[in-house]
Amino acid sequence: MSFIEKYKAKDKAERAVARKEFLINNSLYIFLAAAVVIIQLISPHFLSAPSIVNIISLSAANLPIALGIAGAIILTGTDLSAGRIVGLVACISASLLQATGYPNKMFPALGTLPLPVVFLIAITIGGIVGLINGFCTARFNLHPFIVTLSTQLIVYGALLIYLMSGSNNGQSISGLDSSYTSFINGSFLSFGKTPIPNYVWYALVITAIMWFIWNKTAFGKNMFAVGSNPEAANVSGVNVKRIITLVFMLAGIMYGITGFIEAARIGSNSAATGLNYELDAIAACVIGGVSFVGGIGKIRGVILGVVLLRLIFVGLTFLSIDANMQYIIKGLIILVACAIDMRKYLVRR
Amino acid sequence: MSEKLLLEMVDICKSFPGVKALDKVSFKLRRGTVHALMGENGAGKSTLMKCLFGIYSKDSGRILLNGEEVSFKNPKDALVHGVAMVHQELNQALKRNVSDNVWLGRYPKDLGFVVSERQMHRETKKLLSELGISTDPKTVMSRMSVAERQMVEIAKAVSYNAEIIVLDEPTSSLTEQEVEHLFKIIDMLKARGCGIIYISHKMEEILRISDDITVMRDGTHIVTKPADQLTMDGIIKYMVGRELTSRFPERENTPAEVVLSVKELSSRHNHVKEVSFELRRGEILGFAGLAGAGRTELIENIFGISERSGGEIYLHGKRIRNKNPREAIRNGFALLTEERRATGIFGILNICENTTVAGLKKYKGLLGISDKERKRDTRWAIDAMKIKTPSMKTQIRTLSGGNQQKVILGRWLLTEPEILMLDEPTRGIDVGAKYEIYQLICDLAKRGKSIIVLSSELPELLGLCDRICVMSGGRLTGELDSTEATQEKIMTLAAKNL
Repeated sequence: MSFIEKYKAKDKAERAVARKEFLINNSLYIFLAAAVVIIQLISPHFLSAPSIVNIISLSAANLPIALGIAGAIILTGTDLSAGRIVGLVACISASLLQATGYPNKMFPALGTLPLPVVFLIAITIGGIVGLINGFCTARFNLHPFIVTLSTQLIVYGALLIYLMSGSNNGQSISGLDSSYTSFINGSFLSFGKTPIPNYVWYALVITAIMWFIWNKTAFGKNMFAVGSNPEAANVSGVNVKRIITLVFMLAGIMYGITGFIEAARIGSNSAATGLNYELDAIAACVIGGVSFVGGIGKIRGVILGVVLLRLIFVGLTFLSIDANMQYIIKGLIILVACAIDMRKYLVRR
Repeated sequence: MSEKLLLEMVDICKSFPGVKALDKVSFKLRRGTVHALMGENGAGKSTLMKCLFGIYSKDSGRILLNGEEVSFKNPKDALVHGVAMVHQELNQALKRNVSDNVWLGRYPKDLGFVVSERQMHRETKKLLSELGISTDPKTVMSRMSVAERQMVEIAKAVSYNAEIIVLDEPTSSLTEQEVEHLFKIIDMLKARGCGIIYISHKMEEILRISDDITVMRDGTHIVTKPADQLTMDGIIKYMVGRELTSRFPERENTPAEVVLSVKELSSRHNHVKEVSFELRRGEILGFAGLAGAGRTELIENIFGISERSGGEIYLHGKRIRNKNPREAIRNGFALLTEERRATGIFGILNICENTTVAGLKKYKGLLGISDKERKRDTRWAIDAMKIKTPSMKTQIRTLSGGNQQKVILGRWLLTEPEILMLDEPTRGIDVGAKYEIYQLICDLAKRGKSIIVLSSELPELLGLCDRICVMSGGRLTGELDSTEATQEKIMTLAAKNL
């Protein structure tokens, strides 16, 4: 029976309930469509190729970090260290890949390193910090809020010290090698006349891998089980501590990838790189239905959350709304979106 | 009895869907006496008390307090009217100190809004010394023993000028000395004219301190007599005197060779002491005992959930360790836990996830975990267990207790265990579903699985098991063959180490 036939088979009262449930269950999509229509009506340039590519690429840049944090949220945790890890990895990647002739090169003696080596360094650093987060959470039974509150300070300190090393003396790191910037920012495909940057494709590949991990591996299934009921998971033979550690390590690797992409994307990296990225990522996750209740979340929800958030940010600029006012509107939108979404999970008593 | 009754409950009836929990139960409490309320688990004692306190609303019947009809809306309402309850599981703010707990919800205030710490402290001190309790009012609750915390709860009841105090299993975790102190306090309360309702399984205690004894069974009032006219054997007869009808399927299993042998097992952090037993292939072995006898702790220990301080486990003659649940599952064990909500179900996950979580490894293929095979197995579980659910994508928390239990049972059967340990497999399940679960257990035994069943319902153990081990105070106190076992024999063994 198709959806419409089912709907027709119902009487009036049932139809009203079905309609209401449809609205609640799809509130996010409706919200998204409404936002696009309204912004488009007010500002007709909104749905032009450059602005669409802009939204897509901004979303792509934020996707890996959000996918990483989503895992932590599914475990009823959070990760405050994400942005700082992105910053640390971005600065390290940039410093290792500055063009050889660049006058302010941090390590002048360093030649041009191959990209894969730096990429491996990036995900290793992210992975190690994530491993520490996960280990402390699992081993000492600490709430990740506390663990990552501490590690973000430690990582920030390490970043500031790193920026003083070599001949850099705390300046921002730019003048990146062209192999690096073209690998990230280059393009082989255009939408309209606007080139789509390569990192959009990388984000897609990462998303596909994460979808596989979440849905097709025992690790992913166990992650949801631990998030839903750690005691029951333990009784069912799940190694709860190992799962927690791995989820945070995987998240760290995602931040590492974000940092590697971010360094080349923005070109000039300083101690402020990555600042507050985790807050946008957490907001995107909860908008996309990754619930702090634990055990709830879908990859497509995360994607939707990231896109919706970017769309609103870009849209508000398009509507030329005062920058200060934008913060207030963003805050309200996050609150309302989550309140509507939460209704799906409420048990009706 | 010419004196005025403190409390009179007349013809109280209460039904739950499918169950008549209380059928015209009457109960009288005289001033200055202790009235013991006895009965097996599920006899309706706590339902009756919950009706008194307004936690449940009674279907019919009257409650008279000092001759006046009352109907409390909630425990707080009852408390204000001088009816207090000291629960078996204490509900206290453990991180706060004694006087905070005594005055919680009605802090004395200076100027109408500043909580007066001094007054609280002074009055708590006075209250405690009146009752002969030496605890300092500033002690934080979590640093006190269960006994001391219980005393505080009683003191709190006294501070409300409670005339009726219900003590629910007050001595289950007390040492002998502490029990003596409690009895002294009870005597003091009696002298003040309070009436005490005393719920306990411990016969000696009851015979010692009670003035009257009421026995309940299956939601009905059986007998009320002065304590000096009753003996221990007499009470047990009243408590269990029911015929066993065919509430259980015919057993067709034949126990064969010994599969599991546990030798002198002791736990580190709870009180399981030197328990030894053997389990045969195709056998259903029951564990009986009162609350706190250590049965759950024993099988959780075998399953590797809690730490072991001594003893050995042999599977087919080979020593195994079962350090953690993962190892136990690999060794062919399965454990259906007692607390379905806390340690059984993944509430927000769907039935398919709940069914397959314990054996994900076997679904691994080249393209990751195969949803097709998981669905096939879930379908099998739903059919085999007769699970009533709209679909396998339904969240498990929306199912009834019996269906949730079947899903978890299905989860464990899919791991193809050799030894299935079931802790209260039919708790909170209606009668029809109970029979289906009994049927499943018998079928499994017939197919050569070895099964351990823990239950607080003696008829269930008698109807289901080949052998029954009885535990008391963390030790094994006896082992009975199903042919010779009776409820009286079990009860006597279960009360041995008290």
